[in-house]
Amino acid sequence: MTGLADSTAPGFSEGTQRSWLAVLHDWVVTVDHKRLGIMYVVTALGFLVVAGLEASAMRLQLAWSNLHVVSPGTFNQLFTMHGTTMVFLVGIPFVFGFGNYLVPLMIGARDLAFPRLNAFGFWILLFGGILLYFSVIGGEGLYGAGSSPAVGWFAYAPLTERAFSPGNATDYWTLALLVTGFGTIATAINLIVTILTMRGPGMTLGRMPIFVWEILTISAMTLIILPPLSAAQIMLLLDRFLGAHFFDTQAGGSAVMWQHFFWFFGHPEVYILILPGFGIASEIIPVFSRKVIFGYVTLVVASAGIGLVGMGTWAHHMFAVGMGSPLNSAFTASTMLVGVPTGVKLFNWLATLYGGKIRFQTPMLFCCAFLFQFLCAGLTGIMLAVAPFDWQLTDSYFVVAHFHFTLIGGLVFTLFAALYYWFPKATGRMLSERLGRWHFWLFVIGFNMTFLTMHIPGMLGMARRIYTYPADRGWELWNLVATLGVPLQILGVLLFVVNVVVSLRQGALAGNDPWDAWTLEWATTSPPPPYNFAVVPPVPSRRPLWDLKNPADPDGPHE
Amino acid sequence: MNERRPMTSMALTEPAAVSPLWRGRAGIIGLIVAEASLFAVFVVAYLFYLGKSLNGPYPKDVLELPLVNTLCLLSSSVTVAFAVRALRRGQARRSGGWFLLTLVLGAVFLLGTAREWYRLIVGQGFTIGTNLFGTTFYALVGLHASHVTLGIFVLGLLTIFAYSGALRSEHVERAELAAWYWHFVDGVWIVVFTVVYVVGR
Repeated sequence: MTGLADSTAPGFSEGTQRSWLAVLHDWVVTVDHKRLGIMYVVTALGFLVVAGLEASAMRLQLAWSNLHVVSPGTFNQLFTMHGTTMVFLVGIPFVFGFGNYLVPLMIGARDLAFPRLNAFGFWILLFGGILLYFSVIGGEGLYGAGSSPAVGWFAYAPLTERAFSPGNATDYWTLALLVTGFGTIATAINLIVTILTMRGPGMTLGRMPIFVWEILTISAMTLIILPPLSAAQIMLLLDRFLGAHFFDTQAGGSAVMWQHFFWFFGHPEVYILILPGFGIASEIIPVFSRKVIFGYVTLVVASAGIGLVGMGTWAHHMFAVGMGSPLNSAFTASTMLVGVPTGVKLFNWLATLYGGKIRFQTPMLFCCAFLFQFLCAGLTGIMLAVAPFDWQLTDSYFVVAHFHFTLIGGLVFTLFAALYYWFPKATGRMLSERLGRWHFWLFVIGFNMTFLTMHIPGMLGMARRIYTYPADRGWELWNLVATLGVPLQILGVLLFVVNVVVSLRQGALAGNDPWDAWTLEWATTSPPPPYNFAVVPPVPSRRPLWDLKNPADPDGPHE
Repeated sequence: MNERRPMTSMALTEPAAVSPLWRGRAGIIGLIVAEASLFAVFVVAYLFYLGKSLNGPYPKDVLELPLVNTLCLLSSSVTVAFAVRALRRGQARRSGGWFLLTLVLGAVFLLGTAREWYRLIVGQGFTIGTNLFGTTFYALVGLHASHVTLGIFVLGLLTIFAYSGALRSEHVERAELAAWYWHFVDGVWIVVFTVVYVVGR
């Protein structure tokens, strides 16, 4: 207990033996962006384990035909809780946690603009998560029906109306999302203000690390697309508690309206999750290729492009609703358009690798797997953007495989890369490279066994969310392979946990700059003092530490 | 700790880029953008469901133009601007008077909404569950009224602080941010008024 606190924040407790209660008190009342960032990431990892166990139970249920590992009702609850948890309690706290920790360090600030608002954002998100899981014991309600929500993570109307989802489980789902949403909006405002107004001397917008640009982009998107989700949740609450008719089809309400509101949030949301992953890759790939990032400006413009166009693609989730040809065509076109800036980014990373002196250490391994897997995800995304193709495969396991390739193969891989890359900065100690490699190979093999395979039963017609399936469809082998990939991933993550626990105590000392990197966070101590920088280093170019280390050959003239 | 100390600066020739004043301003602009997005969805819902009610009453049967209300709220934007100007000139008590007047105008607006709702709900039995018009009408107007209530709370604090001497001219930037929020609430009413009472009727 004290070991963790000591190694993450020696500035607070160095050299003195303090009771665990005092340490806990420090963490609970903190407004320090680094501690909040760590708490975000730890929260995300905790919920990742929970959501992973839920997914494992589903994979067991689907491993072969006609299995009955869990009941059908439980299965519905499992996929609802898994999806909701992964998006709102794993993805969001991960990206905002890294944003929290890294943005002030990268731009030479001492904290976020509103530190107490920052603490508020974290705690309300955590309590939102607890509220969601409290439904497991508190969801019985007056009706005694159901416990956890079982309406799917996008909770289509009119299933969510009182008549079809009695009890309080769906209310917990709605309130949890509303509450975490407030926290996310608060944190997004905080990050925008920090980036726009608190950059250190010389840190112009054009010299910010790509990661900071991505956080700025997603925070701006959050302000525009998260309130509609809150609005939809308020409408749903009005429907459920006051007898309003927003999504009540029997009184003329529109179920499709919910889909529009939800996906207007829901689709840009996946860009909000993946863009910081792009940012992480854009930080790690240059350092481990020993080259400048290729096409800084195009990367920034591509992010803004993904952000802008990404907010106009939501209805590609609704091709099967019957929107009519004009809308279908428009959303097919806009979705394909997003592929352009995304492709630009892939070529930027490839060009950065090209001719580089590549060091295949764990962060770089995860980034390389990310490149392949995200390309695959992007290509299936283009396939699904074509409305007639989507009509064949909508709500099939092909779609499930596609978005797990983006969010696991894309986001989670870059997040693991980030954990290996910045763990030395946050704790002062290196993670074990040996365990890291085992983690990587187990995870990459397990991931592809599960999700690469999953495309095939999808194309063979296996629908998403089915509880079980008959024996004569030819889906068993594929599902068995997919399920067999799960233990490999679990083992990989377990090794990561072991790695963290062991390295916190016995890892090699990291020093300020273990990777010989170029951005500002590596200029301060590991872990950084509470005030980050005694004196902020000058920022004459995009690689301030390169300039400090190589005064004879500064970057500035080449930019 | 064997690592190097934080690298020291060579020269701090370039100043920090942005005035700290912009922290609060950027924050409140961010909040206003998010709030605008929230309202936009309710406005879209109102317009989408317009005329789709399966049964009466319809807007033209029950709604009356809330002209006094609108006049009060619009003029409160002017009075709050006067309050900030007085504070900037160091006239804290006068500023408190203007804040109080703004608060009263906001309260009159809320009272007007309350009377309208009382007439509709108790007098005519028209509730949020009556039809789609009721659903969208009470949701949109109610969401706006809840923001007016929040604004009145902030104005109340400003009034108290102005009279107690805690609010002084050096705080004018912060008071101005509250005024921005109030202007926003006012601006939203123009949209709500247009959509609900002009277009929708």
